[in-house]
Amino acid sequence: MLDDFLIRAALAGLGLALATGPLGSFVVWRRMAYFGDATAHASILGVALALASDLPVGLGTLAVALAMAVTVAGLAARGWALDTTLGVLAHSALAFGLVAVSFVPEARTDLSAYLFGDILAVSRADLGFIWGGAALVLALLYWRWNAMLTATLSEDLAAASGLNPDRERLVLVLALAVTVAVALKVVGALLIAAMLVIPAAAARGLVRSPEAMAALAALIGAAAVVGGLRLSLSLDTPAGPSIVTVAACIFVLAASLGQMRKQ
Amino acid sequence: MTQPLIEARGLCVRLGAQEVLHDVSLKVDPGEIVTILGPNGSGKSTLLRALLGILRPEHGGITRKPGLAVGYVPQKLHIDRTLPLTARRFLSLPQRHGKAETEAMLARVGVPEVADRPMTGLSGGQFQRVLLARALLTRPELLMLDEPTQGLDQPGEAAFYRLIDEVRRDTGAAVLMVSHDLHVVMSASDRVICLNGHVCCEGTPRVVSNAPEYRALFGLGTQGALALYQHVHDHDHTHGHDHEHSHGHDHGHGPSHAEHDHA
Repeated sequence: MLDDFLIRAALAGLGLALATGPLGSFVVWRRMAYFGDATAHASILGVALALASDLPVGLGTLAVALAMAVTVAGLAARGWALDTTLGVLAHSALAFGLVAVSFVPEARTDLSAYLFGDILAVSRADLGFIWGGAALVLALLYWRWNAMLTATLSEDLAAASGLNPDRERLVLVLALAVTVAVALKVVGALLIAAMLVIPAAAARGLVRSPEAMAALAALIGAAAVVGGLRLSLSLDTPAGPSIVTVAACIFVLAASLGQMRKQ
Repeated sequence: MTQPLIEARGLCVRLGAQEVLHDVSLKVDPGEIVTILGPNGSGKSTLLRALLGILRPEHGGITRKPGLAVGYVPQKLHIDRTLPLTARRFLSLPQRHGKAETEAMLARVGVPEVADRPMTGLSGGQFQRVLLARALLTRPELLMLDEPTQGLDQPGEAAFYRLIDEVRRDTGAAVLMVSHDLHVVMSASDRVICLNGHVCCEGTPRVVSNAPEYRALFGLGTQGALALYQHVHDHDHTHGHDHEHSHGHDHGHGPSHAEHDHA
């Protein structure tokens, strides 16, 4: 069954959606939508470095994404404004990545695969990488859930309860780095942030608790993956962007539904 | 002699380049209500945050009774609208509490009806009471309140202080609170500490309200506003740093800037 490229694509997308739902909820709550961009753009640099040094691409992107996460968390702990830091890092990292890629001839040819992903070319090994990453992220979130939620609500409140808000932030950005590295193959660097933010934003108007928002976001992400792949198959559109298109349509539906329920 | 719940000796706290607290020592004994009083910018919240372990003091030490349970009510808590959170869920951050327990506590603080309402939809008074309920759920021996009645109207404020007093009587918890409001505080405290970057004076409300330092700081009594400015210009604070001593200006008790001639 895993021989069918469509099944593999669907499984890859579902694994990703499972992680991006809860994680994206934190991204929305903490207003760090740019983090996905910053890390994803940095991972293009990872692609270039990996290709230049003959290392596996997944390893290169993971290493650079983790380095980016630690940098961001470190700067935030020192009191830098998160949105500015992320804005600077996101665009610098993309520029550095694209410049670096131009020095690596073999990367130039399939750069679009890294920018937009190639979910239909997911291999069994990729599937292992994606589901392993997703399981790791979910385990991290499950373990730290209440602590991370308290730190998200108020760092003072968390610190007064004996938690270390800097550590909770670090756990979150590390989980994000892993997710971005995993997602590069599926939706590509330019659309990872969309998978983090759009499902969670769509879920917001329909739920009353943080846990419900995380679960519904995962569900919406999964629906977007399945719907996007069908769309891609029937209209012969690129798979990654099709997934995000469906997610965006669900967002519009959910937003109108939420608005109607309010009235 | 009973062991104090918390004791600070020679506390110096620096925020950025500015030394906000200089050589502050205080202790809180079991069961007493201590109020830290001071104008805006005098370091009241900073002191509380240092005592809670949110800020690290540059010098000096804080000793807590071993195993001390502290309940903290922050000055203000902004909850992002993207975070769906009912009052009941909020009360279980970070320690989880059962349904019966949270409902009993909401009833205790006088807002049994808000359990399933979103936090962002509560009125100022309800919100403060839910914050207090959360602090009380940890069964604190020491309650720390940072201007808990900010944003409440006069009757709301009086009711809130009555509630604090009841809680103290029921549970025997000591209360350390911060305020810049003179009148209610004076009647509700066992001991008052007058703060302006350093401890100006301390004692029972009656002693403090007759102390020249206190009158100077708040510009009360027959000489009123005049004393405030005499304090600012004549009284020599010898601790040799540059924090502002003229914040009485914006406190509303002194004369307006236009009327006042420093020469």
